[in-house]
Amino acid sequence: MSEVLVLVEHVEGQVKKVTLELLTLARKLGAPSAVWAGPGYSAEAKAKLAEYGAEKIYVADSADIADYVVAPKAELLAQLVSSASPAAVLVAATAEAKEIAGRLAIKIDSGVLTDAVGIGEGLVADQSIFGGGVNVQSRVTKGTPIIAVRPNATPVEAAAGAGAEEQVSVAVSDAAKVAKVVERVKEEKGARPELTEAAIVVSGGRGVGSAENFSIIEKLADSLGAAVGASRAATDAGWYPHQFQVGQTGKTVSPQLYIAAGISGAIQHRAGMQTAKTIVAINKDPEAPIFELADYGVVGDLNQVVPQLTEEISKRK
Amino acid sequence: MNIVVCVKQVPDTATERKLRSDDKTLDRDAADGVVNELDEYAVEEALRLKEAHGGEVTVLTMGPDKASDTIRKALAMGADKAVHLVDDALHGSDALGTSHALAQTLKKIGFDLVVLGSESTDARTGVLAAMLAERLNVPQLTFANKVEVNGSAITIQRVTDYGYDRVEASLPAVVSVVEKINEPRYPSFKGIMAAKKKPVEKLGVADAEIDAAQVGLANAWSEVTDFAAAPPRAAGTIVKDEGDGGAKAADFLASKKFI
Ligand SMILES: Cc1cc2nc3c(=O)[nH]c(=O)nc-3n(C[C@H](O)[C@H](O)[C@H](O)COP(=O)(O)OP(=O)(O)OC[C@H]3O[C@@H](n4cnc5c(N)ncnc54)[C@H](O)[C@@H]3O)c2cc1C
Repeated sequence: MSEVLVLVEHVEGQVKKVTLELLTLARKLGAPSAVWAGPGYSAEAKAKLAEYGAEKIYVADSADIADYVVAPKAELLAQLVSSASPAAVLVAATAEAKEIAGRLAIKIDSGVLTDAVGIGEGLVADQSIFGGGVNVQSRVTKGTPIIAVRPNATPVEAAAGAGAEEQVSVAVSDAAKVAKVVERVKEEKGARPELTEAAIVVSGGRGVGSAENFSIIEKLADSLGAAVGASRAATDAGWYPHQFQVGQTGKTVSPQLYIAAGISGAIQHRAGMQTAKTIVAINKDPEAPIFELADYGVVGDLNQVVPQLTEEISKRK
Repeated sequence: MNIVVCVKQVPDTATERKLRSDDKTLDRDAADGVVNELDEYAVEEALRLKEAHGGEVTVLTMGPDKASDTIRKALAMGADKAVHLVDDALHGSDALGTSHALAQTLKKIGFDLVVLGSESTDARTGVLAAMLAERLNVPQLTFANKVEVNGSAITIQRVTDYGYDRVEASLPAVVSVVEKINEPRYPSFKGIMAAKKKPVEKLGVADAEIDAAQVGLANAWSEVTDFAAAPPRAAGTIVKDEGDGGAKAADFLASKKFI
């Protein structure tokens, strides 16, 4: 069976959930080979990747792979594609991994599909476009298919793989060292699940009114074990950091449950959350477009409704 | 500084967007064409860099004749001149084909800095800037919410999942911007009038030394095999808060087993 390369997403040495989704998906397409790029590899990471089906784990954990923007990781994958001749390369559809996929596509002269929500027979990818309005099937017709798969789009199942480790030495070329990361600034907020991976997302918009008042959104999120998101109006106002913005120019989320409080439902916001399985909206304006999407809507003041909902959830636990 | 800003005409997100049933490409006639929103931020950033450091801003668009509206808008904002890459052979190009066509054109017209929006509202692949950097063999400075140029040195803040990275490089380079970077100006009446007289050079595939075997629908590296309108969401239940809205919402969440 051909290998299927899966680029591992990791943060502080921890394998992210989307990688387990990709490994689960890769098992249907061939023999999953995890590719670890950058520092932080550990026995724990190895065990996790093997638990979800990695037959092989390619490890390239030198620092310079992560010290330059995107290009070294594309070089690493290109090298592995030429040595392993995989059936496909899967990456997560995050901003950076899509860029890696894009550069890889040029290096190996292969087609690339972004934002797949599933992969079927013949490596045909399902995509949801135009803010969720149209479902498309597409496939790569030249080279080794490179597919970027959206987080949270596929279920995770454990099934042990051999996890045979192979160290890869990459000599990062000078051409790939031209954009150097000189500082990483973390603006992390608390220990909540990551926005794109969370099963539940609670988002606040302009209706929240202030940075301080975002605490009612956070409390609701915490009662559900959810991530916190925000509309652009809220991030522009500085009430919540930009990396929590949901929408066209923020994160695309596909959680099981999305709760929008004080968000009108502008098209740019919908583009980032329309594929959520269940949508609940709280808004004082009965005409707000968000209600067109909502499975359940409450017309009312979020300052009343949100705390009451939080309290009810805590009571019923 | 010779700045080229790439802008794309996209269907207005406020109208219904469709694919064509014949060749499964974007139906450009079904919706009004507008400037891709993020590209306005790219134009603004290019203009600010020119205002601070001198030089010239050239707009580069690839698209059908109708895309000239998009060029006029960018010129009205203050760009100096434009290049319109227009050729039937380019229709249906995928990201690889488009990046080849734009990279060839950029090599031909020359640049110190290329500025783009970080993604388009129609394709939303978010890969074009990275692909251009790869093809042009220059630094990739993408997803910038801040750009600083100092002589031939350039530094950006690259937006990440956890905050941002500070990235350093030297010109020439490719930059893509996010909407936090600035507030695009509206074209003034004077700007709109002046735009009518600004030069727009039209180039075809041969003029830009584009390899015809790498562009167009037939040469794309991927294909759409099928598509359908997504089934509409079933209408939901909307209740008015009578002092029990939170409790009712909790009932709903419980019925769906979220609590
Ligand atoms: C290039 C570009 C990119 C963009 N990208 C994004 C993006 O990624 N994400 C995004 O979200 N937007 C994006 N936008 C902005 C988008 O167009 C909207 O402006 C934005 O989503 C509005 O945010 P909002 O819903 O919080 O604010 P508003 O539209 O002002 O809505 C606030 C809502 O809160 C309700 N409200 C007020 N007070 C209360 C209360 N006490 N209780 C209950 N409800 C209340 C109001 O009825 C209203 O419906 C983008 C725009 C552009 C041009």
